[in-house]
Amino acid sequence: MLEIKGLRARAGEKEILRGIDLTVNAGEIHAVMGPNGSGKSTLAQVLAGHPAYEVTGGEVQYDGNDLLDMDPEVRAQAGIFLAFQYPVEIPGISNAYFLRAAYNEIRKARGHEEVDSMDFLDLLEEKLRLVEWGPEIMSRAVNSGFSGGEKKRNEILQMAVLEPRLAILDETDSGLDIDALRIVASGVNALRRPDNATIIVTHYQRLLNYIVPDRVHVLSAGRIVKSGGKELALELEAKGYEWLEQEVGAAS
Amino acid sequence: MSSSVEALVNKEYKYGFVTDIEADSAPMGLNEDIIRLISSKKGEPGWLLDWRLKAFRGWLKMTEPHNWPNISYTPVDYQALRYYSAPRTAKPLGSLDEVDPKLLETYQKLGIPLTEQKLLAGVAVDAIFDSVSVGTTYKAKLAEAGVIFCSFGEAVREHPDLVRKYLGSVVPASDNFFAALNAAVFSDGSFVFVPRGVKCPMELSTYFRINAADTGQFERTLIIAEEGASVSYLEGCTAPKRDQNQLHAAVVELVALDDASIKYSTVQNWYAGDEEGKGGIYNFVTKRGKCVGVNSKISWTQVETGSAITWKYPSVILQGDNSVGEFYSVAVVNGRQQADTGTKMIHLGKNTRSTIVSKGISAGRGQNSYRGLVKVLPKAASARNYTQCDSMLIGNRCGAHTFPYIDVQNSTASVEHEASTSKIGEDQIFYLKQRGLNTENAISMIVNGFCKEVFKELPMEFAVEAQKLLGVSLEGSVG
Ligand SMILES: Nc1ncnc2c1ncn2[C@@H]1O[C@H](COP(=O)(O)OP(=O)(O)O)[C@@H](O)[C@H]1O
Ligand SMILES: [Mg+2]
Repeated sequence: MLEIKGLRARAGEKEILRGIDLTVNAGEIHAVMGPNGSGKSTLAQVLAGHPAYEVTGGEVQYDGNDLLDMDPEVRAQAGIFLAFQYPVEIPGISNAYFLRAAYNEIRKARGHEEVDSMDFLDLLEEKLRLVEWGPEIMSRAVNSGFSGGEKKRNEILQMAVLEPRLAILDETDSGLDIDALRIVASGVNALRRPDNATIIVTHYQRLLNYIVPDRVHVLSAGRIVKSGGKELALELEAKGYEWLEQEVGAAS
Repeated sequence: MSSSVEALVNKEYKYGFVTDIEADSAPMGLNEDIIRLISSKKGEPGWLLDWRLKAFRGWLKMTEPHNWPNISYTPVDYQALRYYSAPRTAKPLGSLDEVDPKLLETYQKLGIPLTEQKLLAGVAVDAIFDSVSVGTTYKAKLAEAGVIFCSFGEAVREHPDLVRKYLGSVVPASDNFFAALNAAVFSDGSFVFVPRGVKCPMELSTYFRINAADTGQFERTLIIAEEGASVSYLEGCTAPKRDQNQLHAAVVELVALDDASIKYSTVQNWYAGDEEGKGGIYNFVTKRGKCVGVNSKISWTQVETGSAITWKYPSVILQGDNSVGEFYSVAVVNGRQQADTGTKMIHLGKNTRSTIVSKGISAGRGQNSYRGLVKVLPKAASARNYTQCDSMLIGNRCGAHTFPYIDVQNSTASVEHEASTSKIGEDQIFYLKQRGLNTENAISMIVNGFCKEVFKELPMEFAVEAQKLLGVSLEGSVG
């Protein structure tokens, strides 16, 4: 589904991604871990097409298409969803209006008819249950005055509604208490299907107690320095990132 | 960001067409003979001609306000304008059954159908084309309720006593340079009278269209709500695309007696000029309401997206005790547009309250200034004002400015002012794009959210229009 080869990217003068290789197949969950500043968010943003980052090398194939050639909204319409590390506030626009607009844009792009607000409410009800929210949240302005945890939960709600083919969750677990973490995890698990895939970007292995990844990759200074199965996350947790950096340093 | 901002300016103005219709126009220039000509074409009584001439003589002694507004433009050559232009039609204007098909087609294209079968439901329209009213819809139905809604010219003929009583009672002919000019040469406009105790059964609306070249438009609107009456009125405006600037100097007067309420909404979409600032309307307008009676209320809502230059301060004189004044404004500048707009709330009576919510959006190389005066006079015990003034910038080459003036002469008054400036963020746009919206829809959503408090004041039918219009005005602002 997703094939990243030798991906390099920079912001301004600073080179952040320095040759990333990563293949994600349908049905898989990948975890991308690594210390702060290693480039995890940059990878997520580059895959979503954020204009602040310039791709300086490599290629990304998504379902056989050149992902880097697609506008951000086209990527979204093609099923790529990024749960932001820092979700953005849109004052004055209700969550319901925003989410229906997004839902309909994506439907339109796929040649489906738009849904009206009544039908959308039915759909929403089911998705709200998934994140254990009442309908009140839908009349609040998008992320405006939301707590950190509410913002993250709202990202999962959006993901549930938009049903992406490839979801990228950027530190969706950070700053969550145990209950919120459980809700986020069960949301992700409920949406898991053989034809979609998820990349979970995280600093801690905590979330991986709830969502079992197929592969774990460790990012350091803009490169994937180690990949492995789910045990790698536990090993990292136990030994810390310094262990890995020493090991990688010794090997090279 | 800046690269993406560039594209905004290339918006298409879809009302820029010209109607090819023969016109009966006054010769160029301005002098007492021209004023006499206008007055005689309209068959006016002597007192009105005298009023015009007096205004003109006063105007000659005034100077154009060039210094205090935060706008710059080449001075208008008042002798190079025509002060009267009416479409020459075989049939007399005023009756919709006999309107020239070209005019009907024009309004159809503007989205304002005037033919009986297609009338906007629940909205009565007075259609003004250059200097004259083409016709007014739903007149009979309104008359049943006792409401007078007609062109100003007709009001002068049919209801001279009402016109004479209220004309200039809120905006005197000597008020300011443009108001004096308007008083001298005003051509047509709308007149509304809602008698005691009557709630006007439908929305009233006037659609102003400038068509002829080299012609100024000087309309005058007078709305009177008697004791306990209420009315909601909306004006819309468009003009063809032309390379020359055109002058629009209107005057609007509102009078609310005891317990009356007037809601006046504007969706202003005059041609704004091209992206280099060539052409466009100079919109120099004086709008003022007077809450004459106790418990009366006047509310202005404006969505200003057009014009090369906008200079207007819809104001309320809060004379009656417990009266309420409101001003809700969205002003958008793009390309090289300049706006200097705001309000004046003059508190005279006890317990008077005013609310000001101003949302300024600047894109391209536009310059947007909010200018507002809150004045509380010594007798206005317990007067209250709340002002909120927010600016949004799109791109790096535009400007937002705020000039609040506060003058409080009663110690029991309370005046609150909040202001903010924000920049539409790349991150906000990206967030929405990541959810599948294209750039234009993303900007339109962010801007609409920013303006929400104002849009919710507009009558339903027009709120939707206003949102669309905002989208069009900012089209291409970020690409
Ligand atoms: N837009 C940007 N402009 C400049 N530097 C950036 C930008 N985004 C990220 N960086 C820098 O790139 C490095 C990696 O950041 P990031 O991808 O956010 O790391 P992580 O998510 O792994 O903590 C950091 O040093 C950060 O400061
Ligand atoms: Mg990060």
